[in-house]
Parts: sequence; structure tokens; C-alpha cells
Amino acid sequence: MTELRLETRALSRRFGALVALQDVDFKLNAGARHALIGPNGAGKTTFINLLAGALPPSRGCVLLKGDDITDKKQAERVKLGIARTFQINRLFRGLSVLENVCMSVAERVGAASNMFYPVGRRSDVIEESMHLLDMLKLSIDAAHRISEIPYGRQRLVEIAIAIGLKPDVLLMDEPAAGVPSGESHIILEAIESLPEQIAVLIIEHDMDLVFRFAKRVTVMVGGALFAEGTPREIEDNAQVRAVYLGQAGRG
Amino acid sequence: MSSEAVPAGGPTRVGHAEHPAARVLIRRHYLRWWESLPWLVALAFYFAFPDYLGFGTSLMITILFALSLDLALGYAGIITLGHAAFFGAGAYTVGLLAFHNVWTEPITSLMLAALAAAAIGLASGLVLLRTQGLTLLMLTLCTMALLQEAANMGHDYTGGFDGLPSLDIAPVFGVFEFNPLYPDTQYLYTLAILFACFVSIRTLAYSPFGQSLTGIRENLLRMHAIGAPVRRRLVVCYTISAAFAGIAGGLWAQTNAYVNLSALDLDRAATVLIILILGGYGRLYGAFVGAAAYMGLEHFLARLYPTAWQLGLGVLLVIVALYARNGILGLSKLVWRRYRARRAPS
Repeated sequence: MTELRLETRALSRRFGALVALQDVDFKLNAGARHALIGPNGAGKTTFINLLAGALPPSRGCVLLKGDDITDKKQAERVKLGIARTFQINRLFRGLSVLENVCMSVAERVGAASNMFYPVGRRSDVIEESMHLLDMLKLSIDAAHRISEIPYGRQRLVEIAIAIGLKPDVLLMDEPAAGVPSGESHIILEAIESLPEQIAVLIIEHDMDLVFRFAKRVTVMVGGALFAEGTPREIEDNAQVRAVYLGQAGRG
Repeated sequence: MSSEAVPAGGPTRVGHAEHPAARVLIRRHYLRWWESLPWLVALAFYFAFPDYLGFGTSLMITILFALSLDLALGYAGIITLGHAAFFGAGAYTVGLLAFHNVWTEPITSLMLAALAAAAIGLASGLVLLRTQGLTLLMLTLCTMALLQEAANMGHDYTGGFDGLPSLDIAPVFGVFEFNPLYPDTQYLYTLAILFACFVSIRTLAYSPFGQSLTGIRENLLRMHAIGAPVRRRLVVCYTISAAFAGIAGGLWAQTNAYVNLSALDLDRAATVLIILILGGYGRLYGAFVGAAAYMGLEHFLARLYPTAWQLGLGVLLVIVALYARNGILGLSKLVWRRYRARRAPS
């Protein structure tokens, strides 16, 4: 279980004069349930973008299972097992929930570049996608268009699309963002139902969710790692309270 | 957690394929009864209006051209204002081969037209499709302008501004001759080619590849994030679209027996775009409806008001842009749904 999945060494990213991320050394093990917290502008989303390959780093490297993948593009990293969800929904709004999930499953099994048979012929893709929707209790909405279902359910589709890629590493950027607090438990249940061996890194502002989900927590401040530990250690850390948790309490 | 007690779930459960969403997806490519209508109408037209076969032929060529654009614009969301580049490439391929007596057999000529257009589509697509939006629009326009200027300046081969007149096209299958006065052969030949092309385009549109093009149009970032080779898909789509536009251009050259610079004109590229928007893009049959509506109106308005017929088309376009964003087909679908919704409760 402690097998190393994802690692960064001195990972840095500048945007012009702004240093968004500075010398981040980070490790994520198989089966990890790791939360990344920090104030706005701490560089959390930049970090996810660098891990997913959506942005190239200015310096430093990213390793997946010991192999340097810094030069790999996002699509190649997906094939190697890194999937992500977005802070703001990025879904195929005009398509049905099932079609959304089929899109990622078809891509994973290599069906998506075929132009000679109809989509409906790949019953394996449809079957697997429906199974996934069952797992996330989304199957009642399977026939609905994304634009027809509530935002909280749309967030689940984000997660379903990512799981459809069968990743080894799942990066989740604020999965509960925008979800009414009364519904955030469905997101948490979805995360808890993820296959155990997946390494999950999650950015989250909802401290309730963080402390229920995470086994380890990393605090990021000003583009650098500030503290790391178990949820209890982080909660009790006076410095962390000062820079982050306290602010959240006041804000 | 507590839902584990609910009756047998999991992979052994039958009925995933019976779920409404799965059924829709599995049956989406099934032929509907109304899909035979365009072809029945086309055959009926042949017998009912022998005097209008020339009009019918150019209508079908426009439909094919609009279908090719639908693949790029409607499905993959590639914004282009230069699709006549490929129409012209196909037309000039057929024209040059026939005019210089190199090759006049019509069907193989069309294949060569498709190849030439596809080659230009591939070469320009590799460069253009790195861009998006207005930049892409301008670059497609430039590609077309460059080709038109090349055709203009290559006077010795292309006839320049005068074009290539009186092309001698061999009979279809060595039997059916193209007669400019009685365009029966042209009409049926064009109908057959349109049908074959449509079957291919329809298959492509309903395939996983077509679905992933829709994905690229709907959400580019998400397609990157699920590991889709987006650029490659777009280039492949653009190349295929160019090939079909080339076939349309080749047909145009063959059935008219001439080629001139109008094949590569902005006017042609803009008209086909208007036709597709008018009919409804990204839905295959928009090309049919749009071309029939546009060319039909053009035909009748030009007779009624020879001086001001474009005014009528302009008004129609304003109406479509304001009230029917998804074109005539989108509007009909909306009306049909309302009608059914009203009938359902009673």
C-alpha cells in the first residue's frame, strides 16, 4: 500500500514575475487519501495543472511510479493513469449523462477513433458506463442532458468521467465546490466509494469534508508547502490555524 | 453505505441495455422512416420536373458541399470561412485533367478530386488547426484566397480568369453521356454520388469518432483531460471534410463542363455557410433542408423580383438568426415537441 505513485521534485511555476509555485517536493502513495488545503492563491490549482500536464513547469520534475513524465503532455499522462476533475464543471452540456461517461470510457478502451461502426455497437462501453453510473447512484439521470440536472449531480458526473479512465492517480480540484452544503454528503459518499488502490489527491475548502475523507493533509501557502501531517496534527498546528483555519473561521 | 441492503445490484443485474439512456444510445443510428424522404423526393423530382433537372443537379451538389462543411463546422466545431478552397481544388482537379486530355473518366476523376482536396486539407489543417476562433477563420479565408490567386496566375494551365471551358467528360461507365441540353445523366449520376457520400458521412457521424468530434466541439478542455488526441482528430476530420468538398467541386465541374475562379470564391464559401446555418448544423439533414430552402427561394424570388431577390433571402436569414438559432430543423423539432407535449396529457 505504501508503493510510491506520484512524486514531484523542486516543482516550480512562474507566470511572468509571479511565482505561483516554488520548489515543491511532494509524494503520493498508492491508496493515498490526501487533501491539499490552503488560502486562495496558494497555488493549489496550479499544482494540479502541473501534475495533470495541463501546464508545463518552469523548473523541477514530475515522476509517476519512478518514471520522469515532466515532458509528457496531458493526453499521454491520462494514458499512463493520471486523471483529474475540474473546479468548475467541464462537461459536454448538450449530451446525456450516459454519453458523457461513455466518452471517457470509449477513449480509455481505444474505441474513440473508430469511424466505421456506430457508437451503439460498443455494448461493452455502454455497459461499463452504466455500471459506473449505478455505482455513483446517477443512473436515474443517465438519459438526461447535463443542462437538465442539478449542479450537485453534475459534480458527480465530473467524478464519473474521471473514474471511467480507471486512473491510478486521481486529482480532484474542489469536488464539492458550488454544491449546496446539504448535498455535499453525496460527493463525499462518491469519493468514499472509489476503488481503494487509487491514489487520490483532493483540493478542498470544506474542512468538514477534508477531515472526514483525508488520511493526510498538506497545507500550501504562497506557492510553497507549509505543513504536512494527519488531519489531527494539522488541526492542532498553531501556525496552520494562524494562516488558514483561523481565517476561515473569521471569513 | 446503508444502501448495500437494497436488492441485488452490481454487474450481474440484467437490464443495463434496457435503460432508456442506453437504449437511446444503442439505437441512435437506426434508420428512421423519414430518412428515406430526401431520396424519394429526389426520384420523384426526376420524373415530375424533367425541365428542372439542371437546378436539381446543382441543388444536390450544394447539399454535398454543405454536408462536408457540416462535418467540420457542425460536428467538430471547426470555424471556417474558406471551405470553397476544397470545392475549388476538386473542381480544378477534374477540370485540369479533362481540359488537358489527361483523364476524363468521371468516377475515377472524382476520386482524384477527393484526393487532391484531401491533400490540401491535410497540409493546411496541420498548420491551421493549431489556432481557434477568429484566427482560424481568417487563416481558412487566406488559404482559399491563396488558392484562388494561384488559379488566377497559373493562366497557362488553369485558363486564369476565363477558366477552363467546354470540358470533355467521358460517359459514365462508358455508356451514359453527359448531355448539356438534357441533363438526365448528370442528375442521376449526381444523385448516386450524393447517396454514396451521404451513407459514408452518416456512418462517420454516428461512429465513436463522430461522437468524439462532438465532444471536442462541446468541451475542448475536457477532451484533453480524458486523453483524447484532439489535434489529430481535428486534422483527420478536416481532411475527410475536404475530400467530400472536393467531390462536390468535381461534380460541379463535370456536370457544368467548365471550371472558373468562382469555384474558389468567398461568395461560394459564405453561401454554403449560410445554407448550413439556415438548415441547422451538426445534424446531417440540415444540409438538405438548408440547401433546398435557400436555392428554392433564390430560384423563385429571382423570377418574382429579378432586381431585389436578395432582399427576401436577407429577411429570411434575419428571422432565422433571431428566432431559430438551430436553423429550420431546430425550429421544426421545437414545434413538434410542443405539439406532442400538448397532445400527451389529453
